[in-house]
Amino acid sequence: MPEAAAPPIDDVRPLRKLYRSDDGRWLGGVARGLAGHLGLPVIWVRLVFVGLFTADGLGALLYAAFWFFVPLGIGGVGSERPPAAVATETSSDGRRRLVARKPDKGQIVALLAMVVVAMVFVGNVDLDGSTKAYVVPTLLVAAGVALVWRQADNARRARWMAVGRRRRTLTIARTAAGVLLVGAGVSGVFVLQGSAAHLGAVLQAALAVLVGIALLAGPYLVRMTQDLSEERLMRIRAQERAEVAAHVHDSVLHTLTLIQRNAESASEVRRLARAQERDLRAWLYNPEGTGKDEDEEPDTLAEAVRQSAAEVEDKHGVPIEVVVVGDCPLDERLTAQMQAAREAMVNAAKYGGEGGAVQVFAEVEGETVFVSVRDRGPGFDLDSVPDDRMGVRESIIGRMQRNGGTARLRAVPGGGTEVELEMERTATT
Amino acid sequence: MSDATEANEPAEQAGAGGSEGGRRVRVVLVDDHRMFRTGVQAEIGRTDVTGVEVVGEAADVDQAVTVITTTRPEVVLLDVHLPGGGGVEVLRRCAPLMTAATDPVRFLALSVSDAAEDVIGVIRGGARGYVTKTITGTDLVDSIFRVQEGDAVFSPRLAGFVLDAFASTDAPPVDEDLDRLTQREREVLRLIARGYAYKEIAKQLFISVKTVESHVSAVLRKLQLSNRHELTRWATARRLV
Repeated sequence: MPEAAAPPIDDVRPLRKLYRSDDGRWLGGVARGLAGHLGLPVIWVRLVFVGLFTADGLGALLYAAFWFFVPLGIGGVGSERPPAAVATETSSDGRRRLVARKPDKGQIVALLAMVVVAMVFVGNVDLDGSTKAYVVPTLLVAAGVALVWRQADNARRARWMAVGRRRRTLTIARTAAGVLLVGAGVSGVFVLQGSAAHLGAVLQAALAVLVGIALLAGPYLVRMTQDLSEERLMRIRAQERAEVAAHVHDSVLHTLTLIQRNAESASEVRRLARAQERDLRAWLYNPEGTGKDEDEEPDTLAEAVRQSAAEVEDKHGVPIEVVVVGDCPLDERLTAQMQAAREAMVNAAKYGGEGGAVQVFAEVEGETVFVSVRDRGPGFDLDSVPDDRMGVRESIIGRMQRNGGTARLRAVPGGGTEVELEMERTATT
Repeated sequence: MSDATEANEPAEQAGAGGSEGGRRVRVVLVDDHRMFRTGVQAEIGRTDVTGVEVVGEAADVDQAVTVITTTRPEVVLLDVHLPGGGGVEVLRRCAPLMTAATDPVRFLALSVSDAAEDVIGVIRGGARGYVTKTITGTDLVDSIFRVQEGDAVFSPRLAGFVLDAFASTDAPPVDEDLDRLTQREREVLRLIARGYAYKEIAKQLFISVKTVESHVSAVLRKLQLSNRHELTRWATARRLV
């Protein structure tokens, strides 16, 4: 067994970049993102912001600035994800899975709350009358602009969420609200400047210009957005295809080349084909499987059985069919059992390989783990084996007994040998 | 085609030499890969040797339904992944044919995938068995005859999935008895999962091959009919649905 030490995965991390956190955020995810970036508890960051807020609202300004300029990302500190609010899970091989997600009304609520708080705050600040009158319209305009511009951020997130259509109504509503706010604010400024008398005429003219622009540019804009979304779709498809192509190139084409080169050696060809089939199968049908992390040490029974079978299969060129029912974490006894099972597989592959595939069956039933390895070879009589051959006696029977399990060897009615290994799991309470 | 097969012919003769007893079976091949259809055809299609007569082929769901309805084969070899909705869709649209009183059409899934969701999906759709494409020609012919007789064909892997699916139904009290596998059925399944042939299981348990087959058929019936919640729970736990 190649005892390759598992590479320390957690030590090599990409450069930390500041992102706002999407999970478990209260407002814009700034505090959580910062906390994640700096490696501090979230509550500290939040307290600092609150503290700064009392200093002439500096905290609010800072927070708003962060909110605006820092892109939304996946980061932050260990967030307990609420089950319904996870957007996408990107598995290790880069394939994305969509999980249910609610549209975040909370964000708009938070924004409005902030506007209200800001208004109250500004209202408390002493300004002379004429200046003060402009504050409300200005804030309205600012809120409107913020509402519309924040859209860009969501577009970025939408790309992670594949091409979603559910958020379209929300997007339109937000844009409309933003335009309305800006319009109200600008009109307010007009009214304050005393040109209220011409307001009707000005609005009419503005409307006419807007309609004209919409008529002229509308079709063009619609087509452009359609082209854009189509292009995005194509790009996603191309990316998927590239991924598949890369995988096929990496493993399948190389294997085919090897097979061409080894065409005379039937066993080698069979070995390569089996290994490739297993790899491709893991990649295609197993959502987690990348087919590449086979060298890592397994930590559950099912993985251990499959890995041993794969290694023996590769080494001896005999197909091994594995069926695993149930699963459990490996403990010391089960590791011993796995070693015994592996020895049994090697024996089956060596001496019983001519009769067809070796069958491996593992079952976890309550506290008992049962493994059976059978071949359809010529059969085997333990009594006829000389005493100095230790393979079966020591590696299988002895090892099982030393660890408190049992091993049975028997001849199968239809020909062949079956090794049955039974072991109690270590009581863990 | 002769219908002597429904009689009490011992299943031991269902092997490759099917034609000895003059047994014939009409088969339709459904698979979207022409190469594969040709290969299967070459492997099992020599009617005078194997007793299998391929009466039709189809490459997608619509074609399959048309071909099956017009030719009324006894057994359909059905691929799981098909353009137009997959094997499950074919099963759904051919459901009346499966339950027909005279000459019911039986389905045997033949797929390269042995992923749990594919297997469980077509079995619940009404397929009488599931074999993977690595199967040898002899075994495939054997399986076709077995399915034609109304028996279920389980691969070791399929038996493993079923055991897994029913494993969780042991602990909580289940209201319907149908949901539970009997001790004997479980035993039979376990032996299948360990790679035993039906004949070997019969010898091992000192029962007849017919009894083994009826146990397996009972498991299949339970899998189709019952344990809605259990299977759903099992599937959700594995994120299959």
